[in-house]
Amino acid sequence: MSDLVAFDERVANLDAAAVDDTAAVVRRTAPTVSDYVALLKPRVMSLVVFTGVVGMAVAPGNLHPVLAFVALLCIAIGAGASGAINMWYDADIDAAMARTKGRPIPQGRILPGEALGFGVWLALASVAMMGLVVNVAAAGLLALTIGFYIFVYTMWLKRRTPQNIVIGGAAGAFPPMIGWAAVTGDVSLYSVLMFAIIFMWTPPHFWALALFRCGDYARVGVPMLPVVAGPRETRRQIVIYSVLLAPLVVSPWALGYAGALYGIGSVVLGAIFLGLAWRVWRDQDETGATRGTDRPAKQLFAYSILYLFLVFALMAVEHWVGLVK
Amino acid sequence: MKPGSEEYRRRAGRNVALALTLAGLVVLFFVVTIVKLKSGMS
Repeated sequence: MSDLVAFDERVANLDAAAVDDTAAVVRRTAPTVSDYVALLKPRVMSLVVFTGVVGMAVAPGNLHPVLAFVALLCIAIGAGASGAINMWYDADIDAAMARTKGRPIPQGRILPGEALGFGVWLALASVAMMGLVVNVAAAGLLALTIGFYIFVYTMWLKRRTPQNIVIGGAAGAFPPMIGWAAVTGDVSLYSVLMFAIIFMWTPPHFWALALFRCGDYARVGVPMLPVVAGPRETRRQIVIYSVLLAPLVVSPWALGYAGALYGIGSVVLGAIFLGLAWRVWRDQDETGATRGTDRPAKQLFAYSILYLFLVFALMAVEHWVGLVK
Repeated sequence: MKPGSEEYRRRAGRNVALALTLAGLVVLFFVVTIVKLKSGMS
């Protein structure tokens, strides 16, 4: 807690130029279609849609392909709407971070109010369409996901606690549950397991990124774990979450929801994840700083994306080729 | 705003994208209606 107080004091003393609340309230250039696409965070959307597809693929029962397409469209639009509202709220800090300063609002191509209106309408439309075309359970989960990402993560946790991405990670973990609910109309243990896998995966994934992007977050006052607790504690937490994640990913096989292909694959992929997490732990001097150029953290970050993709791909492939019922 | 200017071109691009989106939604709602009606009959 004392670390957090010290961090708050540092944030209070920030140079006002680092975070400029009035940045980009005047349009500098007319927006293009690609600026509106960028508001939807298409790269985040692609992973969300993929895990939603897997949730639908492994769910028992059948959904007409057209209705399945609408369900995925709603998940994609809902995720995009969350991204647009997030960019409206975070426009001040986005302008000061290297990774985000090229976004449409800091660049003055889209006004903050336009992004908010765009995001709110898309959010309402996606939830309404899911409810009317697919079912109420999937619509309710989609609304919960959007609300959680905006109100709980973006507005409440992100700038207040180093646990921001631990709790906020739930928003990114809902899509397979939404996909499952679109087919079955309910929530089951397997869909909760898929949620738990993404939830547990999020901290080591983001903290690996934060280890080598720590300066950006510190400058704008976002209390990411490396900024508040230091790199040594972050490396320790990455190892802890990785140790919890690996058996959790194997559990669908252990509980009989997935077959041997998934079981063997998840063990091998998990072992590689643990190996990379261990290398992140070893890559530190007595102060916790990297011994080199943070290469192990960059490798873990890149591998974590591949890991999640392969784990969910294995779940879907087993169902599609009929290895599990 | 003059025809052929950069701002004109960008606005035209946004209008075309909006038109395509609305046309896509019309087709989608029509197909969904047919699917729902068929499933209700079977």
